[in-house]
Amino acid sequence: MFDDFFIRALVAGIGVAIVTGPLGCFVVWRRLSYFGDTLAHSALLGVTMAYSFQFNIAISVFLISSLIALILIKLQKRTNLPGDALLGLLAHSSLAVGLVVIGFLTFIRFDIMGLLFGDILAVNVTDLLIIWFGGGLILLVLKIIWKPLFASTVNYELAEAEGLNPDRAKAIFTILMAALIAISIKMVGLLLITGMLIIPAAMARNLSDSPFKMVLFSIIGGLLSVLIGLFSSLEFNTPSGPSIIAAALFLFILSLFRIKQSIQLKN
Amino acid sequence: MSSENILVKLDKAGLKQNNKWLVKGVTLQVEKGKIVTLIGPNGSGKSTTAKIALGIYKNIDGNVEKYTNKVGYVPQKISIDWTLPLRVNDFMLLTENLKDDEINNALFLTGVVHLKNKNLGTLSGGEFQRVLLARAISKKPDLLVLDEPVQGVDFTGEIALYELIKDISEKLNCGILLISHDLHTVMSATDHVVCLNGHVCCSGSPKDVARNNEYKALFGEQASQTLSLYEHKHDHTHDHDGEIKKN
Repeated sequence: MFDDFFIRALVAGIGVAIVTGPLGCFVVWRRLSYFGDTLAHSALLGVTMAYSFQFNIAISVFLISSLIALILIKLQKRTNLPGDALLGLLAHSSLAVGLVVIGFLTFIRFDIMGLLFGDILAVNVTDLLIIWFGGGLILLVLKIIWKPLFASTVNYELAEAEGLNPDRAKAIFTILMAALIAISIKMVGLLLITGMLIIPAAMARNLSDSPFKMVLFSIIGGLLSVLIGLFSSLEFNTPSGPSIIAAALFLFILSLFRIKQSIQLKN
Repeated sequence: MSSENILVKLDKAGLKQNNKWLVKGVTLQVEKGKIVTLIGPNGSGKSTTAKIALGIYKNIDGNVEKYTNKVGYVPQKISIDWTLPLRVNDFMLLTENLKDDEINNALFLTGVVHLKNKNLGTLSGGEFQRVLLARAISKKPDLLVLDEPVQGVDFTGEIALYELIKDISEKLNCGILLISHDLHTVMSATDHVVCLNGHVCCSGSPKDVARNNEYKALFGEQASQTLSLYEHKHDHTHDHDGEIKKN
């Protein structure tokens, strides 16, 4: 049962879940789920660029997603359009442009389903290195900017007034989001990556009374989702990415019921 | 007072938003161990001036120089998003790494040490205000900016907290920029008063300000006699770019 590809899939999934845990909390706290979607959709363009120029997919996705984030910030300053309209504009146009470019690249055979919904079982050793080194780096940077980022999430003016430089923390966080999408695109796919960020964090919110606990439960929830999702994917022959997200949803539904009381009793 | 005691200095500072001056031409400075109070009617630019002093606004007119980064701030309004699970203890640690006894001590001083492990969303208005003040003083700042710090606090608590504020300015030798509607307290505890009405109406020691004609016009004759009655009459309004129009 434990074929080589399955072990690799597990190691990759665990690596991604550890990073999406804390980042997902910030996505929920800062109401960035649609922003995460936009970055993820733009990742398709990144993938096509990687194929066109024979480039590493993760690095290409990271660069394109960062570029889209930068364009978003510029547009926000220059136009009077509301933020969600700008996000929708960028999300769908970058997805469309990505698909159009794929149409031109007739000499390459694309696994569109794999791009959209993930193909964790095709993860190779290079991907594992990118996930674990990249993920470690993301967590390290997040730890460094934690205080200003968290303080400005609670209240921007307090953070700014007390000299924490929240704007810089926000810019760095945007880059971290792009980096996370780059390392995890292969696992859950660009349509489901935001689910991996939000659902474990949402489950954790139901169980926590402090930010630290929420991050911890979010990581645990992500890990359980990956384990349950992957094993059931192998058992029932379902696609791996959607199985992981479905497992996360299952845990979220559980968190709405009895678990809440039992955890509160333990404290 | 030598210049090295200055903590923050505003020179003809102002802020224009959507073609309207929120406040214009404010010159003031806060020094170590001194309490500077901003008074004025609603919409006169008190909170804006405080935020200009804190460096929250980027596109301001004039000059602001802040000489310290150890700042404690109690905003007038604070909206906290309850998607965040946040206890009082987490909130105390928001901008500074404090030791547990430092947290306890600050909460004790403002009388809310028993709320330390409560969720922030469950506090009453007055309790939350005490936590805000505790958080601002716990980091032993050089500069405290308090925007109506005792709003919603019960009457006896209000007096105790004002005494605490005065006490802190002496003990920590920190400068305080205070915004208050309580003229009685202002006049008794303040070193310097700045009366705002979209611009600086008058400023000086409490006694000087109380005798000032513009102050009398703004707050009424009685305010300068009893220093306790807060009532103001407008003798002028402002047009769209902040120029004064006499009524």
